[in-house]
Amino acid sequence: MTQRIFARFLATLVLMLVAAAAFAQGLSGDVPTIDIKNGTATATPIAVIPFAFEGAGLPPDTDVTAVIGNDLNRCGQFRTLPKTDIVEYPTRGSEIKFPTWNLLKQAYILVGRQIENPGGDIRVEFELYDVAKQQQLLALAITGQRTGLRDVAHQIADLAYEKITGVRGAFWTRIAYITSTGTGNNIQYALMVADSDGFNPQTVVRSREPLLSPAWSSDGAKLAYVSFERGNSSIYIQEIATGAREVVSARKGINGAPAFSPDGRKLALTLSFAGHPNIYSMELAGHQITQLTRGFAIDTEPKWMPDGQTIVFTSDRSGKPQLYQISASGGAATRITFQGDYNANASIAWDGKHIAMVQGSGNVYRIAVLDKTTGDSKPISVGNLDDHPSYAPNASMLLYTATEGPRDVLYAVSANGRVRQRLVLADGDVREPAWSPYRQRGQ
Amino acid sequence: MKLPIRVILTATVAGVALAGCGNRVVKPPVAEAVPQAAAQAQDNGGKYTVDSLDSDSCLRQRVVYFDFDKSEIKPEFQAQIACHAAYLRQFPGARVTLEGNADERGTREYNLGLGERRGNAVDSAVAAAGASPSQLNVVSYGEERPVCKEHNEGCWQKNRRVEIVYTAKQ
Repeated sequence: MTQRIFARFLATLVLMLVAAAAFAQGLSGDVPTIDIKNGTATATPIAVIPFAFEGAGLPPDTDVTAVIGNDLNRCGQFRTLPKTDIVEYPTRGSEIKFPTWNLLKQAYILVGRQIENPGGDIRVEFELYDVAKQQQLLALAITGQRTGLRDVAHQIADLAYEKITGVRGAFWTRIAYITSTGTGNNIQYALMVADSDGFNPQTVVRSREPLLSPAWSSDGAKLAYVSFERGNSSIYIQEIATGAREVVSARKGINGAPAFSPDGRKLALTLSFAGHPNIYSMELAGHQITQLTRGFAIDTEPKWMPDGQTIVFTSDRSGKPQLYQISASGGAATRITFQGDYNANASIAWDGKHIAMVQGSGNVYRIAVLDKTTGDSKPISVGNLDDHPSYAPNASMLLYTATEGPRDVLYAVSANGRVRQRLVLADGDVREPAWSPYRQRGQ
Repeated sequence: MKLPIRVILTATVAGVALAGCGNRVVKPPVAEAVPQAAAQAQDNGGKYTVDSLDSDSCLRQRVVYFDFDKSEIKPEFQAQIACHAAYLRQFPGARVTLEGNADERGTREYNLGLGERRGNAVDSAVAAAGASPSQLNVVSYGEERPVCKEHNEGCWQKNRRVEIVYTAKQ
């Protein structure tokens, strides 16, 4: 009896602390903030216990468990036990007292330790347990340099995510985006690449003329983008590691909307040299182009279906922009969106069944997800001028741009729309996020 | 009073051109051709002079505005189109770039298409009114170059525009 009352008291306390933590996070200014939209009733509770440091030197600057916890929280499928509720600090499976974590209603517990190697590297050992079954699910170690511990943390989050959900994790990935700072004649544009949580931003290219539409190659080694640095739009392909780049199209009119095919051999793009913007496919070896769409409409924003056989694009051939699909070798196009005045700029989930897009109605533009099987679409963003959705490679989350006051900012949203996170990455405008493919080790 | 000033100006320009001749070795031929042409073209017998671009109230109008998601040229811009066409006809060496723009609503790549459609509409109208197609070039900036950054119709209508930019005046 006393135990039950105590449990209820504890549960109430936990709820209050969660609310207090959420409130505190909502107030913080310039750090990325987590904004829980519809509560987290269906999210799985997991305790991520701080990994103890075992070494003679100073502990690393990176808070590995904070990075893991942030990853798990922002995907919307988990909620981590707040730090203030962690009452015991096991660092290995043998130290876990399961009744404690059962009482705290945790489904899973992740413990670990950071061991300093003689060379200075850190070996992070971690174990994941199912609390109810008292069963070990993972026991692994990843070694990284002190400066690379965010990468290690994202990989641990990925492994835990995959073990529990059965879907490959996508936290250890990167994002590309465009920034613009300054006004008038002093505007500076930059194409940036950062970790999926916005940390470690690096400049890929800078320009005084507009940059737009970054797109990843399927191996994650290159970016295609549109630059106005030659006066008109041109499409560049740039190797991220070396900075080496080439112009692949600088025709008269629009050279826009590049998209690499899944097999990496082709680039879909928009060209208007023949009079009107149409979709073309370019062989990357040799740069020869094939026209896929025809007519006087604006056809643009081509995106490849995961099988590489079909291309989804935006066209206003029926009056207002809507999504269509066409065979990657050309032919007749079929309209696929019928709800909403304005549907454009598709981002296709890996399963090919869900398509995120910009859905406009009057002066309100939001990100909506189309279920291709049923034809229904549902909004998952809440702004007025939201743009440019981009799915994570496992489709657990999306990035998009929101316009807030005079600024464009990035948001990460869970695929179920429940958890949104504002990523404050730079002064000025940040827009057109593109989520990278899965990373391979050594990249 | 006005005429003597122009005479002096012409003489000065001619002087610069002559001085240019002395430097033939270092200066490319183009550099001296321009001031000579300027000296002649100030008044080639037509309605306008090169100065008219800065002084004529119609030629000083260089922006055509559009309705939302539209590229039709509204009647109030016909006079502007006509005077620029007349100027281009009078000065066959003059060149303009028609910079098409859109407001921020909608996606950036679609707006590139929309800006081009507007640029093409002005291109066709200016050509129909007598300019040579070779004098005209269309570039679309989509929504990338707003002149106003507020999120309301008052601002959006200023951004839905084609700017007529002279890259060569004669």
